[in-house]
Amino acid sequence: MTIQNRDQFLNRIAASLGRPRHTDGVERPKWSVNPQLEVLKGQTQENLIDVLEKQCKIIHTVFKRTDKNGLEQVLKETIKAYNGKSIIVPNDPRNEQYGLLNLFHEIEQRIETHIWDYTKQKENQIFAERADIGITFSDITLAESATVTLFHHKDHGRTISLLPHSYIAIIPRETIVPRMTQATQQIHEAIAKGEDVASCVSFISGPSNSADIEMNLIVGVHGPVHATYIVVD
Amino acid sequence: MSIQINESPFQERVQKGIENDFMRQAVSSAQGRFRTGKLTQAEELGNWEDWRQLGEEIRKHTVENLDYYLQQLSDQVSRRGGNVFFASTAEEATEYIQNVIKNKEAKKVVKSKSMVTEEIGLNHALELGGVEVVESDLGEWILQLDDDPPSHIVTPALHKNKEQIRETFAEKRGYTNSDKPEELASFSRDQLRKEFLSADVGITGCNFAIAESGTITLVTNEGNAEMATTLTDTLVTVMGMERIVPTWEEMEILVGLLTRSAVCQKLTSYITAYTGSRLEDEIDGPDDYHLVIVDNGRSKILGTEFQAALHCIRCAACINVCPVYRHIGGHAHNSIYPGPIGAVLTPLLDGYQDHTELPYASSLCGACTEACPVKIPLHDMLIKHRQIIVEKENKAPTAEKMMMKGFAKWSSSPAAYILSTKMARLALKAWTKDDTIENGPGPLKNWTNSRNFPAPSKQSFRAWYKEREKSGGAS
Ligand code: SF4
Repeated sequence: MTIQNRDQFLNRIAASLGRPRHTDGVERPKWSVNPQLEVLKGQTQENLIDVLEKQCKIIHTVFKRTDKNGLEQVLKETIKAYNGKSIIVPNDPRNEQYGLLNLFHEIEQRIETHIWDYTKQKENQIFAERADIGITFSDITLAESATVTLFHHKDHGRTISLLPHSYIAIIPRETIVPRMTQATQQIHEAIAKGEDVASCVSFISGPSNSADIEMNLIVGVHGPVHATYIVVD
Repeated sequence: MSIQINESPFQERVQKGIENDFMRQAVSSAQGRFRTGKLTQAEELGNWEDWRQLGEEIRKHTVENLDYYLQQLSDQVSRRGGNVFFASTAEEATEYIQNVIKNKEAKKVVKSKSMVTEEIGLNHALELGGVEVVESDLGEWILQLDDDPPSHIVTPALHKNKEQIRETFAEKRGYTNSDKPEELASFSRDQLRKEFLSADVGITGCNFAIAESGTITLVTNEGNAEMATTLTDTLVTVMGMERIVPTWEEMEILVGLLTRSAVCQKLTSYITAYTGSRLEDEIDGPDDYHLVIVDNGRSKILGTEFQAALHCIRCAACINVCPVYRHIGGHAHNSIYPGPIGAVLTPLLDGYQDHTELPYASSLCGACTEACPVKIPLHDMLIKHRQIIVEKENKAPTAEKMMMKGFAKWSSSPAAYILSTKMARLALKAWTKDDTIENGPGPLKNWTNSRNFPAPSKQSFRAWYKEREKSGGAS
């Protein structure tokens, strides 16, 4: 695709900086301090789950924990609590591994479900817009900030976690890392190896909110109004 | 120039700010909350100074190699199916965006909050061309309905209370419910949802561009930037040329500094990192993507003693601790960039001519410098501005010039200067009231006293301001 006016623009920058233009060979220096590596360093997975649970309270997110066998029940309760009549999920191999397909089959009489299908084009978005609940799996979970990381692709639209009224994140225990540092490190290393990063990576921490009216926190502005995280052992 | 938000003279704006009791109280309580919130976040980390150090090193390295990183960024964006336009001036940027919109025959544009689009006057330019522009950030949307300028970088509608918001909604959008914040927000959600779904083009700013992959990072709590980048088929990102980091690893550090300093959160609800156009078979995201990189006077700051001003990550921490901002509110600064960073940047971007008073709207107490997560020496820069205004631009009154000569002599001995500023900083403790420095004398006591700026210790800001006016203070 096109790049316009670049040389003149970058030459001017180099001139202002009083040196010839740098077109290659610039390396990041070794930073003198790296405090990010110290946060939650050496913590056990159990401790990280505790940190995650505590942070969930701060970000107005319901925290639940179960194992693969218990997941169906916990999901049913959560869907009921959100009065969910329609649900959208990505087309994710984990849907089957974690028993979501079974569950959908079981509730299909009462609850409308939609699995993302790119061949159906914008229909996916239209469903997401009127859906009560979006459910996704977390790809990397950041304990410190209670954040789920989602890599979007053709089978996992961005709207699933954005448009529905409530959002449920299923967090496989092994996806939990101390903080954003570990997630961005992974991404950086993949890029350095020549991989392409997903067209959209979302770091989501709880429901959408705003403090724009008299500095009061209001939950649910553009995105979901409610959020539940389910950690699965 | 569009960087200014107001035509009335500085005194009048200050007076209005002081008289707007709600604005003053709102600013003051917001400052309090932001400050204590940030302290807890910083305390929790334990080694906040290390974080600031790292933030400064990253920003310094990136800006020193800006040409290299912008080249890498643009190569990557282009490789990922995006168009990149380098705009030297505000006019070039707006013209390019107007053309994108024209080519799409677009009627409605939805925007997520962006300082740089304010700076280049984009909304106005688009509206002149008959395009409807909808601001999607809740605070910005409220202001837009009322045609009111923002008063704070992070919470732009800080000066409006909920009754006023209810009235605006009722008048402009037929709202009939109460002034409960939840009801107001839920109404906005419905209204704005319709706007997102019917918009042809999305326009966002950029918190951090990541050079290594051509990725744009946006930081929000509301999710409006996500809506704009997800639902529109044509998307334009406008970025100030310095808003860039080398890799995802530096993005993470700066995002953490930003969210902690700006909104006292570990991370905001949404941090979205998108790259180029949507890929084959993807439904969400743009299929026509444009990145506009704006200079608009920034390159003139490079290589000068003000270069570090380009390290700014727009967190507003300096604004939240500023005792002057506390008293006069955001509108008096007459710039879309308020507070200490605004006082530093505005004259650099827009020239001294219309902004000679800005560098004086500070007590030089140094609180801003200490609050800055990337360690920009803000109050030193304000002093430099004053020097330039007095010496080169010849715009200050005679008394000022004489005092500046004294200052030059005194500051020509570095030891004396350091000693006296240190002492002044210690002395400031006496004026410290619940953690902010109210009416402090500042390190340049003698010099500033000749302008009656800042207030002598026991005097209130109002009394001080009146007196300053009587004695023909700065204009
Ligand atoms: S100057 Fe520093 S404190 Fe002020 S907005 Fe910029 S980064 Fe934040």
